[in-house]
Amino acid sequence: MTVAADPGADPGVDTKSELSGRGSMGDVVFRGLAVIAATLIMVALAAVFIFLGIEGIPGFSVDEQNYTGQGSFLGLVVPLLFATIYAAVLALIVAVPFSVAIALFISHYAPRRIATPVAYVIDLLAAVPSVVFGLWGAVVLGRYLVPTHAWLAENMAWLPFFDGQPSGNGRTLFTAAIVLAVMILPIITSICREVFAQTPRLHEEAALALGATRWEMIRYAVFPYARSGMVSAVMLGLGRALGETMALAMIVSPKVLISLFIIGTNNPQTIAAYIAQGYKESTPDRLSVLIATGLVLFAFTFLVNAAARWIVARGRAK
Amino acid sequence: MSNTELSNEDTKLSHATLPRGAQWLVGVAALALGGLSLVLGMGIVGAVVIGVLGFLIGYPLWALLVENRRSATDKLITGLVWTAFAVAVIPLIWLVYTVVSKGAATLSPEFLTYSMRSVTGDEQGGLYHALIGTLIVTGIAAVISIPIGIMTAIYLIEYGKGNRLAKTITFLVDVMTGIPSIVAGLFAFALFTLLVGPGTRFGFGGGIALSLLMIPTVVRSTEEMLKLVPDDLREAAYALGVPKWRTITKMVLPTAIGGIVTGVVLSISRVIGETAPLLVASGFNPNLNTNAFEDSPMMTVPVFIYTQLSEATEKGVEYAWGGALVLFILVMVLNLIARIVGTIFAPKTGR
Repeated sequence: MTVAADPGADPGVDTKSELSGRGSMGDVVFRGLAVIAATLIMVALAAVFIFLGIEGIPGFSVDEQNYTGQGSFLGLVVPLLFATIYAAVLALIVAVPFSVAIALFISHYAPRRIATPVAYVIDLLAAVPSVVFGLWGAVVLGRYLVPTHAWLAENMAWLPFFDGQPSGNGRTLFTAAIVLAVMILPIITSICREVFAQTPRLHEEAALALGATRWEMIRYAVFPYARSGMVSAVMLGLGRALGETMALAMIVSPKVLISLFIIGTNNPQTIAAYIAQGYKESTPDRLSVLIATGLVLFAFTFLVNAAARWIVARGRAK
Repeated sequence: MSNTELSNEDTKLSHATLPRGAQWLVGVAALALGGLSLVLGMGIVGAVVIGVLGFLIGYPLWALLVENRRSATDKLITGLVWTAFAVAVIPLIWLVYTVVSKGAATLSPEFLTYSMRSVTGDEQGGLYHALIGTLIVTGIAAVISIPIGIMTAIYLIEYGKGNRLAKTITFLVDVMTGIPSIVAGLFAFALFTLLVGPGTRFGFGGGIALSLLMIPTVVRSTEEMLKLVPDDLREAAYALGVPKWRTITKMVLPTAIGGIVTGVVLSISRVIGETAPLLVASGFNPNLNTNAFEDSPMMTVPVFIYTQLSEATEKGVEYAWGGALVLFILVMVLNLIARIVGTIFAPKTGR
């Protein structure tokens, strides 16, 4: 690392103005580059809205036949949006307890010798591409879950989720939700772990000194401190699950419908999977319908992420 | 105060505790219970479930009888946390094991050097075209995102501290982080539909889509690293009369370079596995295409996996596993590089 500035290395720079620290060519140019890069981000986001808008807005009202038998844009997008939220919430129900438990395991329960590698492996899992998860869910996990499907249909049919004819190949929303849960687990875990680890040491020791058991210490010292962080972790996981495409597109055999039943052969289809499965479409009208549904997805994930940020900001202000 | 009061049960300062190694005793008992149910004809899964349940119920129950309710709750939660960890690890190990074992069966020199050009039936095909496509598309994304991302982070930390533009940019980067990947693909597709013509799918479009996903991660990680550079360093440079841009390029960036490179490599490993945006923006092509700017689709490894699976033939699924292993190795190698770079350039903060 060279620490001293070496004027000889750059003959183009006027030494006098270099001393004043202002107005030298280099400074102006470099600052300009930084501002341009920052502005480019604004331009890019504006372009996202403009181009999706230009191509997508006609999709709100094209010929009926382009809405895959749903009659109108609303008739198409409402079931899709329902399925998107439904799948994400199912995944959260599975993932959140496990994520919090694993985060606690790493931050408070496991001996350090185990905790460090476990944390690393969990982080590594976040890097496994979603298409690999999708492949595994479609080919391997689904088949293993067929008996589970049958058992649920037989014994848990009093719940609307399991009331009906079970699928014979396991390519259902049930399987997909489990795969989605495995995919969002690393994100929620790593955020929760960081928040748990930030609990002031003195709070914990004070709780223990008062005779609290380890669980009571976590419940009364760690959780209250980490609450807003945990909520935002869950919201970020939700945002990820909402936009996740491949796991659902590869695993589920879908249909555009609103239904709570998750173990049958017809499953509600999510927006992202709907777009991915229509990628070969070529008529301009169909494409603008796909882009319009994409806009709806974008708007919705934006709201969820905004809510997450608001919660974090509120937690910090307190 | 009389002594009789002190000997009262309520004021006793200690209470009965479980013997040392009680958890091991219960563990052995649970293991025996599991073994017994295995002998009695439950499946291996059933036996494990019964064994774990035996431990989860037995240990707190014993604590409840000997100690008190609080201690029993504590033991129950400890058991649950360990169980949750074990249960969550199962799919992860299972996934890695299947990808490696099934993929290794397909992986061969032919698989890596053949494309799918006019491959029918049992003829040998491969993912050469997809591998080249992935490298090109990811390369384009990296070339676009890395300079923009790093310069933006420099603006946010070094120039715009707290001013309105910086606040806006920070917010927009947050918004960008939340863009669903398929929407990024749709954007690139819509952009080039308008600029080039309807139905344009080509490598450069995929690169644009990926860079939209990559820029925010580069900005975030670079920002974090620049924040770690102590202000003393900057002030020392200014005191010597070094202009700001030379301070940044000669002092701040070299100090933070390890972390920045790690962040960049990790962000590449994040986008290299993206499927949905490439499906929409780069399309599908069984042939080798090395020109990212020509108006013809470019195949990538994730899209290769997806399309091979949807072929629904035995050969197709085999190829999909081979592709999954190749992708998995790519991602893991990138992560390893990031880790090695991170350790080599560990922060020189003079600690």
